[in-house]
Amino acid sequence: MQRRTLMAGAAALGLAAPATIKAQGTGRTQIEFWYGLSGALGERVAEQVKRFNDSQQRFTVNASFKGSYIDTMTGAIAAWRAGNPPHIAQVFEVGTATMMAAGPAIRPVHQLLAEAGVELDPKRYLAGVRGYYSDTQGRLISMPHNSSSAIMWLNLDAFEKAGLSTTELPRTWRQVRAAAEKIKAANAAPSAITGTWPTWIMFEQMAAMHDIPFATRANGFEGMNAELQLTSSFFQKHTEFLLGLQKDGLFRYGGRDNAADPLFPAGEAAISFNSSGNRARVEREARFKWISVPLPYHDDVIQEPKNGVIGGASLWVLSARNRTPEEYRGVAEFFRFISDVDQDLWWHKNTGYVPLTTAAYEKGRAEGYYQQNPGADAAIRQLSRAEPTPNSQGFRLGGFVEIRNVIQEELEKALQGQQNAAQALENANRRGNVVLRNFERANRA
Amino acid sequence: MDRKVVFKQRLLPYLLLAPQLLITIVFFFWPAGQAVWFAFLRQDAFGIRTTFVGFENFAELLADPLYLETIRNTAVFCIGVTAIALSVALLLAVLADRQIRGAGGYRILLIWPYAIAPAVAAVLWIFLFHPQIGLIGRALNGAGIAWDYKLNGDQAMLMVILASAWKQVSYNFIFFLAGLQSIPKSVLEAAAIDGARSVRRFWTITFPLLSPTTFFLLVVNLVYAFFDTFGVIDALTKGGPAKATETLIYRAYVDGRVNLDLGMSSAQSVVLMLVVILLTAIQFRFIERRVHY
Repeated sequence: MQRRTLMAGAAALGLAAPATIKAQGTGRTQIEFWYGLSGALGERVAEQVKRFNDSQQRFTVNASFKGSYIDTMTGAIAAWRAGNPPHIAQVFEVGTATMMAAGPAIRPVHQLLAEAGVELDPKRYLAGVRGYYSDTQGRLISMPHNSSSAIMWLNLDAFEKAGLSTTELPRTWRQVRAAAEKIKAANAAPSAITGTWPTWIMFEQMAAMHDIPFATRANGFEGMNAELQLTSSFFQKHTEFLLGLQKDGLFRYGGRDNAADPLFPAGEAAISFNSSGNRARVEREARFKWISVPLPYHDDVIQEPKNGVIGGASLWVLSARNRTPEEYRGVAEFFRFISDVDQDLWWHKNTGYVPLTTAAYEKGRAEGYYQQNPGADAAIRQLSRAEPTPNSQGFRLGGFVEIRNVIQEELEKALQGQQNAAQALENANRRGNVVLRNFERANRA
Repeated sequence: MDRKVVFKQRLLPYLLLAPQLLITIVFFFWPAGQAVWFAFLRQDAFGIRTTFVGFENFAELLADPLYLETIRNTAVFCIGVTAIALSVALLLAVLADRQIRGAGGYRILLIWPYAIAPAVAAVLWIFLFHPQIGLIGRALNGAGIAWDYKLNGDQAMLMVILASAWKQVSYNFIFFLAGLQSIPKSVLEAAAIDGARSVRRFWTITFPLLSPTTFFLLVVNLVYAFFDTFGVIDALTKGGPAKATETLIYRAYVDGRVNLDLGMSSAQSVVLMLVVILLTAIQFRFIERRVHY
């Protein structure tokens, strides 16, 4: 009798086991997704993934935070070399050329979608976003995810204190300088101007907006043999302009990359240049009236500035030997989900990144979102105000992370007074070209 | 009286050594060997296209004036960190070694910084010395000293040296304190009776008797400054401004992990390996002889 009970129990256990596993959801195909956004933005990514997982029964996306953008990218590459990469890796925009050159390691998004039978018209994405991540035939290589653009942030309390208008805001560099002079004279803020991401904003954005080539071969879109064009008269003019601001005590260098992030919300600088993705932080921390507007331009170079370029990151699909079509299908479904108008608008409103699709932007506008949040569309307007030219569609330069640092280093030397603008640009150009040639050699061999 | 143990079987000693050897091979020889091999290759980030280039990476490296500058930075940095960390720790240890009330409390406080992670330590230093939002940084600027380590290379170097040395002081302190406590009191008392004052007692008796500890710490501190200060530099200055605080190890990191140029980074690792071998050899051959045991 006892033995029979035991047997029955064992049988029940044996039967029950697979059932419990299924209930836990192994029936769903697992998709690994590595991302590199921390803090509040990282929480939004986790939320986005949870919304997808809750929306259907077939796939589970497992989102893992892997550190900074650089950590995520090197981690994904190392995992690919070891034969066990994640399905999706979030890679920042400067890594685009490296990923694109990776041939067999990646699966282009247009191919993924076609094979999975998921239709997503590339035209639905904002032009400035789409162009950056497409090949020369206009096909999407990676999936737009979080895109920002650089904009100008103004402390309106400081403007008022300096006797400046808070409705007629500066649009050109000339006006920015004039405003900074008044702010300094009235001592309305500890520093008049500061800025983050020196290379991205002062070189890349400026080149795009003024329709000036940053590099030959359409900024590298047409081939790896591109060469930097930093010694041109425009960069000379703009670098001298920055050095002049610094000399007159109007500009305070805030460090590399996003090191100057805290200065504007802390009220340390009245005018700052930063990513539109910084909006949530400014909203939370700033104890003064502020607004964000498009970046200024030199009106003696261009009357109607072109579109700015994006920053941020996109999603890359990594290949592996043991990937099943079902897994790729799951990735495609996830991409379809985040491109959905409502999901996209949710993402835009909750992160400060620009919407990926034109439809989400239209819907936000129809809802009156930008009337309630003035300046939330500054980046979108800046990205879509002109048809992209070969100089403003983006950058596809190998070793771009290193090139950005080279430019920052040479700019720092100029700001230190060790060299003038011409020397800085010449050195940056020469060193940057060495990086490009090394990348070309390594990827052609 | 031969106390050497002789194993009868051949297998047993190897078996006993195996775990240690395995760990050494897997975690040391294998990666080191791979670094040496990669130093002779040129490859893309994914390792899809790989070519053997011989000594080209080394030739490029040594022809790079910026690399030579990095060597100079590293020398300044290592000497600065070691000198400050050793002298401050010695001073503190001598002070803490006296009979004072609550000596245990002071000692614990002095040992504490060692338990702080480099990145956290760096954040603390930023809170203190940031020119615009740091306490001391603001005070310095308020007092008319143009303090801005984000743009001034010398100030940036001073800052990373101080932050790195501060972290190492605790470690040195423990060893110096232990060293001081093992110096026989009778020798010091004899000197005192002979009329030697405390400064003289320190330089003629305490310091020479401490020399084994000092020598050991010198090696440890140099190695620390060379290899373990990456976290502090990364969090404080990222090697900037304009490469002013880029040390050899930081450059190897940037080239390998940020710029994804594994060949160049490996070549630098090999150079570093040679430097360490050389340093250790010099130290043990020449300096150790003069150490008073």
